[in-house]
Amino acid sequence: MGEVKLIGTHQSFPCARIEWGLKIKGVEYEYLKEDLSNKSDLLIESNPVHKKVPVLIHKGNPIAESLVILEYIDETWKDNNAHSLLPQNPYERALARFWAKFIDEKCVISVWGACVAQEGEEKEKAVEGAIETLSHLEKQIKGKKFFGGEKIGYLDIVAGWLSYWLSVLEELGEIELVNAERFPCLHEWGKNFINTSPIKDCIPPREDVLAYFSFGINYVRSMAPNKA
Amino acid sequence: MAEKKNSNGEVKLLGAWPSPFVIRARIALNIKSVEYDFIEETFGKRSQLLLKSNPVNKQIPVLIHGHKCIAESMIIVQYIHEAWSSSGPPILPSLPYDRAIARFWLTYIDDKWFPPLKSIVLGLDTEPIEEKLEKVREGLVLLEDAFNKISKGKDFFGGDQIGYLDIGFGSFLAWLKTVEVTEGVSLVHETTTPALAKWLQKFCAHDAVKDVLPPIDKLIAFSKMLRANVDLVINPK
Repeated sequence: MGEVKLIGTHQSFPCARIEWGLKIKGVEYEYLKEDLSNKSDLLIESNPVHKKVPVLIHKGNPIAESLVILEYIDETWKDNNAHSLLPQNPYERALARFWAKFIDEKCVISVWGACVAQEGEEKEKAVEGAIETLSHLEKQIKGKKFFGGEKIGYLDIVAGWLSYWLSVLEELGEIELVNAERFPCLHEWGKNFINTSPIKDCIPPREDVLAYFSFGINYVRSMAPNKA
Repeated sequence: MAEKKNSNGEVKLLGAWPSPFVIRARIALNIKSVEYDFIEETFGKRSQLLLKSNPVNKQIPVLIHGHKCIAESMIIVQYIHEAWSSSGPPILPSLPYDRAIARFWLTYIDDKWFPPLKSIVLGLDTEPIEEKLEKVREGLVLLEDAFNKISKGKDFFGGDQIGYLDIGFGSFLAWLKTVEVTEGVSLVHETTTPALAKWLQKFCAHDAVKDVLPPIDKLIAFSKMLRANVDLVINPK
């Protein structure tokens, strides 16, 4: 289907989503590693609006935003035995899209907030909020091996950061959100997900993710109006 | 207006006349000539039906199709495109790349462009109004350029027909006009954004759109009420 390039950084979970999607579809691609502290001309030309990764370039055409890219991958590579990422049924597709939006708008934000918050009432409240958003996902995965059913699908890919990046955030934020006692189904899903090919082939070293998030957390904390 | 058909059971839309997100769903239903019951929510108070059909976000719009409840405006629009694929013109572009471009700009509109506009409407004092207006204007310049590339010389983002991006962006036009009037500024104009100015006229006059865009004087009155009740907007009951 033509030349495929992915501009990204391995530590970034939105970029991991795209690798997972491409590998599940059996698409060959070239990974163009981006240095976000010194953005390349290619990135700026390909995503002039946001200048962010990931960007997929297919036959010279750039596509940005991880959820948009995933749908593009699903719609473009759908012949023969290509594994479908989104369900076929319109209602199930709507549900998958709803939960993907929920994960990016509510879970990511609330988990990040719980991690970054400093000790005290503010942190307790942030942790409660994060647990509440994650409890919705626990209900969704209950009784299923993957969000996509027997096979990994779009929603598993979108939620995938919970299986690995989350534990780094928990460590840095000195919090515990997902464990076997509180969210047994989500915990089990996470273990299955991260140990399945091709997912496990695209996991960055933990120390790289630690460094990546540490930088972000320290920056946000330094900008907070009331320093502890 | 084309004859309305009811397919696969009862269709209801929970919403409110001023909401641009609700307007998106209504335009899509009109394009597909779907007959539906419009159930209006009262501002500041969530009905039992809303809480039951969208327990996670508790927000309008919610499309109820038979026993299925679908929430989030552009997810509803995509559902309508897929569920009524044999009725009326398509809403999403046919090519994956064109869909990706439409979805990309929709994400930009919702995540980056609309928030300063909303902040102006609500009268929030997060930053000076001139800065918010400047952000809105900068976004319109990007969207003008996007329109020129995407429309390929046709009337709409969707080409000859209104589509996903027309609906997603056009749903904000009444609020955009309201801000122009209440703040005494020009945002979309034939001198600064000529293509959008032309598109706006055609979009607002479209059969699927004209009856669901609220009148500006009604919105101005509504926006005054909103400003007096900002707490309820931010923390609804």
